[in-house]
Amino acid sequence: MATPNTPLWEVFIRSRNGLAHKHVGSLHASDATMALQAARDIYTRRGEGLSIWVVPSTAITASDPAEKGMMFEPAESKIYRHPTFYEVPEEVGHM
Amino acid sequence: MYTQALNTAEADDRGLEDAAKAAQFQARIDAEERIEPNDWMPAAYRKTLTRQISQHAHSEIVGMLPEGNWITRAPTLRRKAALLAKVQDECGHGLYLYAAAETLGSSREELVDAMLAGKAKYSSIFNYPTLTWADIGTIGWLVDGAAIMNQIPLCRCSYGPYARAMIRVCKEESFHQRQGYEIMLTLCRGSDEQKAMAQDALNRWWWPVLMMFGPPDSASQHSDASTKWKIKRFSNDELRQKFVDATVPQAQYLGLTIPDPGMTQDADGHWRYSEIDWTEFKQVLAGNGPCNRDRIAARRKAHDEGAWVREAAAAYAAKRQHRQTAQAAE
Repeated sequence: MATPNTPLWEVFIRSRNGLAHKHVGSLHASDATMALQAARDIYTRRGEGLSIWVVPSTAITASDPAEKGMMFEPAESKIYRHPTFYEVPEEVGHM
Repeated sequence: MYTQALNTAEADDRGLEDAAKAAQFQARIDAEERIEPNDWMPAAYRKTLTRQISQHAHSEIVGMLPEGNWITRAPTLRRKAALLAKVQDECGHGLYLYAAAETLGSSREELVDAMLAGKAKYSSIFNYPTLTWADIGTIGWLVDGAAIMNQIPLCRCSYGPYARAMIRVCKEESFHQRQGYEIMLTLCRGSDEQKAMAQDALNRWWWPVLMMFGPPDSASQHSDASTKWKIKRFSNDELRQKFVDATVPQAQYLGLTIPDPGMTQDADGHWRYSEIDWTEFKQVLAGNGPCNRDRIAARRKAHDEGAWVREAAAAYAAKRQHRQTAQAAE
């Protein structure tokens, strides 16, 4: 008999205070409490974290890689958004 | 991020468009770009990786059994704590790898069920028994040593989730190999009986460990495509040779003899080993190794005996969900 599916969760860990939570992987658990406990066992066996977030994978909306041109190209052509686009004479010093 | 919603629809694409996409895909691989879960990929790439990653995951999980066999009989508390941590790591490695395999569109349950049904393979090495405490040392030293040789190039594999999982695995694997070598060293510095036990374990594990690298290059059926797709960076024979060259001096330090009287060192310093008995390898893969039936039976028993836990957890989650919905409606 096929085993019924258990929901998928994405795990985010903050390794040190002052840093952002970072995606480290995913796991299966039937509810949030069990997901947190499993995340502790799977992803922090060697003191990798101070804080864990678990998020149901179904709650994430992802951009479509096939549309990445349309999505991200507009930013690529706007080099005037970067500081190096502007000329400041050397005499003025660091700015 | 491992969302799979976008993966399946594109698997049906066929025809002319496919050829263009395939060429574009190969160009990305050649440029050393990483392929991510929602990217277009040829159906054969997806299939090859699903097979390889899930087999790798099954190997980690089945690999817990021969070592778990010795947890209650470890000679000291220090050894017991280390072995327990190692076996827990193997479980973690299995779980990272299942998660990576799932990004290709198969569910965890499908993958696990295929293993339990005997339809999916796992590493041949775990079908050998752990008869003495020295086997635990030998497994850490040689089996994990061989696994590291195989896994380090996989950290640069073209498929992102697999490569990332391997980076984590390799970091943890080094402890496994060192604790194994330390067990061997302690035995080899001990009584004559202890040293004999270490030699006996090496005698039994040496050839099966060399087989872990897979069939010789002349006979490997998956290598060509895997190399083109940069899933595989070195051939089976290249990795096997690297492993032998690294291991011989370690055995010499222990004062143990590699059970290959025909082994010679050539002018370049490489250790040339004798012909491997590939009939044994084929027999073990075909299910006729010393422990194949035991391993699958143990996995099925654990899965069946854990069924009530999965059912209870699902029922509890459903009940809470139901209650929350009812409260929200009030």
